[in-house]
Amino acid sequence: MRGLPPAAWAYVSVVVALAAAAVATASFAELNVQVLAVLVALFLICDSASVKLNVESARVSLSYAASLASVVLLGPGGAALVGASAVVTGQRFFAPVKRLFNGAQFALSGYASGVVFQALGGGGFHPGRARWVEQIIGPFLGALVTFVAVNLLLMAGILLLSRQATVQELRRESGELVFVCLGYGMFGLLIAGLWDALGPLSAVLVLLPLFVARWALAQTHAQQQAHAATLAALCQAVETKDYYTRGHSERVSRGSVMIAKEIGMRPDRVEAIRYAGMLHDVGKLGVPTKVLQKAGALTEEEFAAIQLHPMRGLEIVREIGFLDEALAGIMHHHEKMNGRGYPMGLAGDEIPEFARVISVADAFDSMTSTRSYRAARTVEEAVEELRRGAGDHFDPVMVQAFLRALEREGWDPPGPVVLPEDDVVETTQQDHDDPSVPIKIAGS
Amino acid sequence: MSVSAQTGPAARPGRHRADVGRPVVIAVAAALAVAAVAKVTADGLVQPEVAVIFGALVALGELFRMVIPGNREVAPIAAAGALGYAMLTTVGPEPAGHSALQAIAVTAVGMLAGSLPHIAVGRAPRPDAMARRLLTVAVVAVAFRPLASLELGWTALLCLMTVTIVAACFLEVCVAALIRAEAVRARFGIALRDEMAAKMALCAAIGATAMLIVVATSVMGRAALLVFTAPILVTQFAFRRYAGIRATYLQTVRALSRVTEVGGYVEAGHSRRVSKLAVAMGRELGMSEGELLELEYAALMHDIGQLSLGDPIPGGATVLASPDERRRIAELGAEVIKETGVLDRVAYIVRRQADPYRSDPAGEASPEPPPPLASRIIKAANAYDDLVGDSSDRDRGAAVLDRLRAESTAEYDPTVVEALARVVERRARS
Repeated sequence: MRGLPPAAWAYVSVVVALAAAAVATASFAELNVQVLAVLVALFLICDSASVKLNVESARVSLSYAASLASVVLLGPGGAALVGASAVVTGQRFFAPVKRLFNGAQFALSGYASGVVFQALGGGGFHPGRARWVEQIIGPFLGALVTFVAVNLLLMAGILLLSRQATVQELRRESGELVFVCLGYGMFGLLIAGLWDALGPLSAVLVLLPLFVARWALAQTHAQQQAHAATLAALCQAVETKDYYTRGHSERVSRGSVMIAKEIGMRPDRVEAIRYAGMLHDVGKLGVPTKVLQKAGALTEEEFAAIQLHPMRGLEIVREIGFLDEALAGIMHHHEKMNGRGYPMGLAGDEIPEFARVISVADAFDSMTSTRSYRAARTVEEAVEELRRGAGDHFDPVMVQAFLRALEREGWDPPGPVVLPEDDVVETTQQDHDDPSVPIKIAGS
Repeated sequence: MSVSAQTGPAARPGRHRADVGRPVVIAVAAALAVAAVAKVTADGLVQPEVAVIFGALVALGELFRMVIPGNREVAPIAAAGALGYAMLTTVGPEPAGHSALQAIAVTAVGMLAGSLPHIAVGRAPRPDAMARRLLTVAVVAVAFRPLASLELGWTALLCLMTVTIVAACFLEVCVAALIRAEAVRARFGIALRDEMAAKMALCAAIGATAMLIVVATSVMGRAALLVFTAPILVTQFAFRRYAGIRATYLQTVRALSRVTEVGGYVEAGHSRRVSKLAVAMGRELGMSEGELLELEYAALMHDIGQLSLGDPIPGGATVLASPDERRRIAELGAEVIKETGVLDRVAYIVRRQADPYRSDPAGEASPEPPPPLASRIIKAANAYDDLVGDSSDRDRGAAVLDRLRAESTAEYDPTVVEALARVVERRARS
């Protein structure tokens, strides 16, 4: 946090001052100290066990439930105190200033939410009475929305001012986050509702299933990581034989994701295209090595073997259920807009969107990599070639999107190829991906 | 894998006992359901509105049942609702007067109703899983209904509920392990351990929600019931995602293990056949579910190292390659798998698959520990499949087994070869 900009420092100071003022002015006359202690303990337990969502960098903890329970059971002052306890939270990797801000923003959220709850008349009802749920639900929802809104806005403020996130990123990620936060907050009502009958046990009963869910989500996250890593390693294994195309899958995957994000694909489709890009050439294993290593023109049969590789790839990955749309991308990534590609000769909009995306990234990486028959082209030359092919070979929309993303994010072309010392190594002479040097077919 | 209930000749008693557990459990549950429904129809429903609400909750839960890793069907929402109804003390100020039989009847009818949509879209129900769920509810209902009217305090009631639920869950897990042990020919003790590991967290969540439902319905009346199923909804959602990614992972490895076939390195179907054989052998040798999953991954990817070879070895059969070459393929494959950063144990299994069972028959201390069981299993399964292929000729299989037996003690582990023989024999018979 040493690099925190002055604006962020000012922001933190203001939030902390506001929180201190809220705690100082609140009335604690009717505060039940026992309940407060239990809820603080609950809050700290929940907060130290936050769970990572699919959204990178967003960690959501069940402490929302404890906060909202304290809003109902303790009122604004108590809720602010419970929130302020986040200062001593168990997340030890946090820097002191981060903890201070965290405590302050939770205290402010709790206080604001408590005020709204009372203003809407939530304080007049007592749990344990018949029809309590019906009467309290309105004020509670008001308090819940206030809590989540204040909390997320304060967080967004610090993320923006310390430049850890951009407005775009926040907007994209806030959807799922708001939903999850509201959901977790709702459990505060359940805890508060049974507090009279069960005391702290109500929190145990409500939170136990949620902790189990948390465990399952953590497992899910670990499995997702493992899955992605395994997929990448296997793809790498497929291309290890060919010194010139090493890393090709990985880079095509990256390029495809760049395009997909640029044209505003939904996150789950971006995920799918990441895998499709990685797997687009697995079928190349089915092409006999001697065809790829042959210098000069190919016979019709040899070219047919190359043309078959998208189908062979499809054959391998067809059974992977989650790929669905990605399958079409793998199968058609060599179609051309003018209908002269393979394997089906689709044209224009008939070509699936995924395939049009992968096609651009595929050609670009091929051109900016070294091949046995030519040196790597510069990024500028490859861009020129893409522009030339737009409309005829490539979808102009995808080319434009790629060029925009390229300008912003840049591109790391692979380094020069180092062949092993012994000169017996046989190298690939044919690259079916290279649009600037089409494969020559004898007799045509 | 289907194993028929009519097993082989009586000449080998003990080894092939008939699968009695599953039909018995289903029959008992069905009889209980019929008896309960008949009795309740004759006597009429007590507090019909409450019964209908809980019945609907169970039906809804059955509609959203799911399969968690290990191919286990669970219905957390239905289970929580049914257990809640079985333990209900009061509904608002009114005491809950239903009998244990009514709790069973309502659960049974709810389960059937929730299964109808599944059947309508052609998903066959699993009668044994449903029977187990019903029996669990029955145990809780019979044990707890007499206690419900005693007007105990919440603390005492919660303690009793916890004890009852833990006992019922344990019984359910035992029955599930028994059925599973019969179906996949695993040992009961190991099946029980696997079953507990797979279900413990879910059972805790279901039990907590059931108690929550009881208290909430008592304190706040019927309206609270639906609100208080929310925690288990989150659990269900999380488990569904977990089950989804586990299935996807396996699918991916299964699919990508075929790259060696497409590349012409091994015969078509080799990886898949070896993995099936290896898993059956591992089970025969008492491996747990976690170990079996690693074994399956390793078996599927055992030939991945061949991708690094310039040209396929003739016929792709590594058993015919020289020991050095085999070891090199194993090393290369392990390198690839190590790249993932998460499958280190699988990589180790693959690395040691080519090593002989005993590196030096003289018994001198060898520099490396003996290969792990999973590696020995893959070695034997791979050799068998390389030599037999997908032929179902029994004589050829027997000849290959004899060859492996002759080479055991040095090359192959004798117990592993015997396990292979048993698996092969059982397959030939079914």
